[in-house]
Order: sequence, then structure tokens, then C-alpha cells
Amino acid sequence: MTYTFHWQVPLQNLSLFLWGALSTLQMSAVAVLLGLVIAVFCALGRLSKRRFLRLPAVAYVEVIRNTPFIVQLFYVYFGLVAVGINLDAYTVAILTLTINCGAYCTEIIRAGIQSIHRGQSEAGLSLGMTYLQVFRYVILMPTLRVVWPPLASQFIATMLGSSVVSQISAEELTYAGMLLESRTFRTFEIFFFIAIIYFVMAQAFSILFSLTGRRVFRRAWGQL
Amino acid sequence: MPEIFIAFSYKDVLYLLQAALVTIALCAMAFSCGLVVALAIGLMRTARRVRVLRFVAAAYVEVFRGTPLLMQIFIAYFGLSIIGLQLPKFVAVSIPLILFTGAFMGEIVRAGIEAIPRGQWEAGWSLGMSYGQVMRWVVVPTAVRIMIPPSVGFLVQLVKGTSLAYVVGYVELTRAGYIVSQATYATMLVFTLVGLIYFGINYPLSLASQRLEARLKRHA
Repeated sequence: MTYTFHWQVPLQNLSLFLWGALSTLQMSAVAVLLGLVIAVFCALGRLSKRRFLRLPAVAYVEVIRNTPFIVQLFYVYFGLVAVGINLDAYTVAILTLTINCGAYCTEIIRAGIQSIHRGQSEAGLSLGMTYLQVFRYVILMPTLRVVWPPLASQFIATMLGSSVVSQISAEELTYAGMLLESRTFRTFEIFFFIAIIYFVMAQAFSILFSLTGRRVFRRAWGQL
Repeated sequence: MPEIFIAFSYKDVLYLLQAALVTIALCAMAFSCGLVVALAIGLMRTARRVRVLRFVAAAYVEVFRGTPLLMQIFIAYFGLSIIGLQLPKFVAVSIPLILFTGAFMGEIVRAGIEAIPRGQWEAGWSLGMSYGQVMRWVVVPTAVRIMIPPSVGFLVQLVKGTSLAYVVGYVELTRAGYIVSQATYATMLVFTLVGLIYFGINYPLSLASQRLEARLKRHA
């Protein structure tokens, strides 16, 4: 092995990576939040008895979940240009991430809604709780408690998956690495360093979400 | 249109289908070899007495699940050439996919083994069976049935994962689609086709996974 490692290349460009990491986080957060909005509607659609509401939601979820994200990205990126809409790569990246995330979140929300038995709200009402109390203690909190862990994993999956958007030159962490690579050709060192940043972010958020979940839902746990 | 553009024809469809075979081959390679890694990881993670083994396996899983597959492909691909290995591209791209499969399937193997109640192990031991014998005759027959639905589900993830071999220029379905789209400018048509091919591979797997899971639940 005659290769000499140049670890100073990534280490001297920490500010570039910091900028990239923040951009990645921002992108993932926006995608997950917007994706959740889509997901709530689609989950209601999926559970609806009306076919014209159910079928589009099912089709959306199945198409997105069974095709690679990079293909979806190219499809949106080139597709928008083909119909004459010119958006910058960053916006396209957020748009595609949102569409992608929406489909996965739909399944999470659906499972959450289905986990609440109908009899529970009836039981709450018959105990003399008001509608608002039933909604808060019997429906909302238990549902949130069920969807919290998978949503947290989904956020991390989106964050890791967002590295793919570097392929359309949307500016985030992996793209920052590619920029530096094109100037220094220290491919291995740069990507190894970036992988460490992703790993640290994934671990940090995983811990953060589980702590928050435990704190917020402690009461809901006590009540069940 | 200038002459360098070629009109999209049935030949391009054949090319894409060929590339789909490459994707499937990559997937088969990663899954079969990754299964060996996964078995090792699963057994290590469930080793009760040896803490080091559990720790090493857990670290392995965390690293591969906590970093983007894209990075794993980049690092393995360029790392292999740094240590002086000149491998065929197919093998070089397979290696990160194998390690990725090992981590995800390793968790499935672990879950399968852990689903077997402790009492069954104790029953086996009290009959004088060894670790290997209990594993072979008591645990594996049940654990495998539990592992099948999520494994089929993971295949979907793996097929999608192979699309990232695109980034190092390996010609599988996604790269082939990109090449054809650049040559013919029939971008939307090409990526619709590529998407349909992926969907055609993955949707049956998704359905099978759901059915198998429902069946397992019924029998349990």
C-alpha cells in the first residue's frame, strides 16, 4: 500500500462541512414536516371506504415505495424542465424528498390511526369525558405515542437518503464533499469524513428523539 | 435536432431490460453473500455469554444503518483501489451492498432468533442438547418462518439500493436509463420506463411480503 492519507484536507474545510450538514438537516426537516401533511391526508384516504379516495392514495404509496429515490429525483428534475418549469436543484430536492417521505409517513400514520380501537373513544365518552378530553387523552396522545418512534426513524432515514440529491447538484453535505473532492481529489478521506458526520448526526437525533418521546409521552404511558 | 441525437427505439428498451438483468444480478449477489454476513451478525448479537461479540456485531449494524448507502458505496469503491485491489466493477460495487445487506438482514436474523422463547432453549439443554443442536433442531425451524416476510421486504430495499451503484458509474438500470436519456433526449419516456421496470420487480415482492406476514400472523 503506497497511498498517503491526507486527512488535513477534510479537517481544514470544517466550515464547508458544517454548512453542508446544516443544509442537509434543514432539507430533511422541511421534507419530513411537509411529508407529514401529505401523509395525514393520504392515510385518511387509504382508510376511507370510498374507492375514489382510497385508490389514488394506495397508488401513490405503492409507486413511491417500490421505486428508487434516485429515479424519482431524476423524474421530477427532468420532468419539470420538460413541462417548462425551471426550479433550482435545491427546491427540486426538497420537493422530491417531500413526495418520497409523504409515502412512507402515510403508512406510519395509518398504523397509528388503526391502533386506536373505536371502543376506546366510546368508553371515554361514557365515563363523562368531554369530546375535547376524549380527543386529547384517548385519541391524540396514544396515536402520537405509537407514531413517534417510526417517525423518528423516518427522519433519520430521510436525512441519510438525502445524500442522493447531491446527484442533481443540490447543495447539502454530500455535495459539499463532492465540491471539495473536485478541487483536491482526496476522495477517500473526504467521503470517510462525511460518513462520520452523517453517523454522528444519525446517532444524535436517534437519542434526542427517544429522550423527547419518553418525556412527552410519560403521562400517556402512565394512563394506559 | 442535431445529428448526434438518436431517436428512441425498441433497441433502447432492450438495452434497459438488459440493464435490469444487471440490477437483478447485483441484487442476487448482494443478497446471497450478505446472508452469510447476516447469519454471523445475528449469531454474534444473540451470543449471551460473549460480550465482545455482541458489541462488535452491534457496532457493525449501527455503522451500516447510521450512514448513507451512497457513502458506503463511495468509500468501499475508492477504498478498495487505495489498498491496491483491482477488482472487476461488478465485485467492487457488490461489496458495499453485501455489507449493507449483512447489517439489515443481521437484525432480521437476530429478531428471528430472539422470538424463540427462552424456555425452548432451556428445554433443549435439559435434554442434553448442545448450543448447535438446539439451534439446528429447535430454534432455526421456527425462526426461519419468522424471518421470511421481513427478508422479502428487505429485498425491495436492496433492489432500490442497487440504483445507487449509479454514482460510481456502474451501468445498472438507473445508469442505463441516464445514458439512454442523454443520448435520445426522450427523458420522461426513459425514466417512466425505468420506474416501471423497478416497480415491476419490487411490487410483487412487496405484495408477497405482506401476504407472508399476514399468513404468519394467522398461524401464530
